[in-house]
Amino acid sequence: MTPAASAPPRRSATLAAIAGNRKATLGAIISLAFLVLALIGPLLVADPTDYVTVPLSPPSGDHWLGSTGQGQDVLAQTVVGSRITLLVALVVGLASVLLGALVGVTAGFFGGRVDTALSLLLNVFLVIPGLPLAIILAAYLPSGPFTLGAVLIITGWAWNARVVRGLTLSLRSKEFVAAAMVSGESTGRILVREILPNQLSLLASQFIGGTIYAIGAQVGLEFLGLGDVTSVTWGTNLYWAANDQALLTGSWWTFVPTGLCVALVGFGLVMLNFAVDEVTNPRLASERLWRQALVGGQVDLDSGVTPVLRADPDCAPSSEQELGGAS
Amino acid sequence: MRFALRRLGFYALAAWAALTLNFVLPRMLPGDPASAMVARFQGKLEPEALDAMRRAFGFTDASLVEQYLTYLRHLFSGDLGLSIAYFPAPVSDVIGTGLIWTLLIAGVSLVIAFVLGTLLGIVAAWRRGGLLDSALPPALAFLGAFPYFWLAMLLLYLFGYELGWFPMRHAHAAHLSPTLSVEFIGDVAWHAILPVTSIVLASLGGWMLSMRNVMVAELGEDYIQLARAKGLDSRRVMLRYAARNALLPNVTGFGMALGFVLGGSLLTEIVFSYPGQGYLLIQAVRNQDYALMQGIFLMITLAVLVANFLVDLLVLWLDPRTR
Repeated sequence: MTPAASAPPRRSATLAAIAGNRKATLGAIISLAFLVLALIGPLLVADPTDYVTVPLSPPSGDHWLGSTGQGQDVLAQTVVGSRITLLVALVVGLASVLLGALVGVTAGFFGGRVDTALSLLLNVFLVIPGLPLAIILAAYLPSGPFTLGAVLIITGWAWNARVVRGLTLSLRSKEFVAAAMVSGESTGRILVREILPNQLSLLASQFIGGTIYAIGAQVGLEFLGLGDVTSVTWGTNLYWAANDQALLTGSWWTFVPTGLCVALVGFGLVMLNFAVDEVTNPRLASERLWRQALVGGQVDLDSGVTPVLRADPDCAPSSEQELGGAS
Repeated sequence: MRFALRRLGFYALAAWAALTLNFVLPRMLPGDPASAMVARFQGKLEPEALDAMRRAFGFTDASLVEQYLTYLRHLFSGDLGLSIAYFPAPVSDVIGTGLIWTLLIAGVSLVIAFVLGTLLGIVAAWRRGGLLDSALPPALAFLGAFPYFWLAMLLLYLFGYELGWFPMRHAHAAHLSPTLSVEFIGDVAWHAILPVTSIVLASLGGWMLSMRNVMVAELGEDYIQLARAKGLDSRRVMLRYAARNALLPNVTGFGMALGFVLGGSLLTEIVFSYPGQGYLLIQAVRNQDYALMQGIFLMITLAVLVANFLVDLLVLWLDPRTR
């Protein structure tokens, strides 16, 4: 049983619980591996823009992942591509959390007309489909990673703001905030010391979610040719793979490595997010206990679904499969 | 009724915001349709013709307010400007040709993913801790992490190129003309299988997880215990009691998901050279056809707004608390 499940949620206990969570471990390992790849990988491979061999040659001893339609090394392109893609994604994730928190806390805390106006704004942003909006923005702005980043922040912050606003609304009516107000603390101090610390886990999960979104949307926009197609990123790799007719010639090696990397990073981050959720969300935490009880055979599956633990040895668990967060 | 009117007002406002953005962007940012035109026809057109073209795009010397009013007037008469990629066809005609294919692919994928994901979520919550509940969510999360269009590329490679089970491109065979014959409809379905499958695979996990989580909470409610205590058939309790109540958040998500799926289907269509909005979009990007891009943006935005409003009405009908 993890500390967070039994003890009141203190931050050190929360961190310990995250560290002891299997999903978190898996997610962290994958994410860290790609971070390392993006940091030092480009130093270890040859220049990805060099024309080194025959175009569209399959994987071989010299070129482990074959070559692109222009005779560039796919391995080098995949490794180097991680750098800009992940950098842009992390910056976008962080910026949309900050923007979302700013708008959300302002709307939720001050209420009244401020709230009405900001809520209207963010709801409009939420209902306008993101990718088409990103496409016309990226088309008009000069192409490059900065444009992509800006476009993704514009299309990505609204959901964060909406959730933060909701949580701020509920926190504002709590006694400890009222106490701080009565004791004459300044608004700024209440926001920074009372409201924001209670949203840290939410913000962390939004950061991870924002990064996942930014990777996917960035790759999609670049695939359309809306990025800087001369730079080497995961998105432009796929753009060139499609442009060089990789599919019609059956050159799977030109698009499979990049796509797998995108999915692996995304999967790692999703697992991290599940773990953050599981540890910090009381409802899911109680579910985790319930799940452990199921696997431990203490509960009869057919008896219903009320989470009551029984010491009945006859009730065998229906499944030993347990991918969930038992620690 | 008041709720419905308020929502209608909100969607009208959102539509206005999209329209206005569409007007402001080309006038604020460096690239604009007219100068793209100039670059494209450099030296091949008389200055007067270029001038006329700029006017056709609404870039006149008139004040911004006047330009804006002209823009709105044109829009309401269905005039979205001229396409450059398909010059001199009007954008509205160009978009009209691809709309049905996009709606077909996106609509069918959305419905399949919604129904299948929701059912899986119901069963996973009902048999909590079972095989379906523990193995499927991580697997679907992994699938969901792939970009839609990349799954499309993979399916195309495996089942189109390697195995040759499915056609690799277009919406129907070239020798068939669009009629309501069994042969044509069958051929369209045949061509749609791979694109639809790739979108369904990528979006299934979200529906399943959200349904499962709400359903788990719902199963803990007292009325479920009562239903069981009454000795009701467990299938009835699962479907008509718990699932029915847990369905609401998923229905609410339906409208917003349409935006995602339409976006994803744009990219998927490109992979399959499917003649929908996505294919037009890539032509527009290649030819710097801003008018066409903006037309597609408006079209999709309006479709999403209408869908959201319909979903609101549906929720109003399903959930008495909103009345």
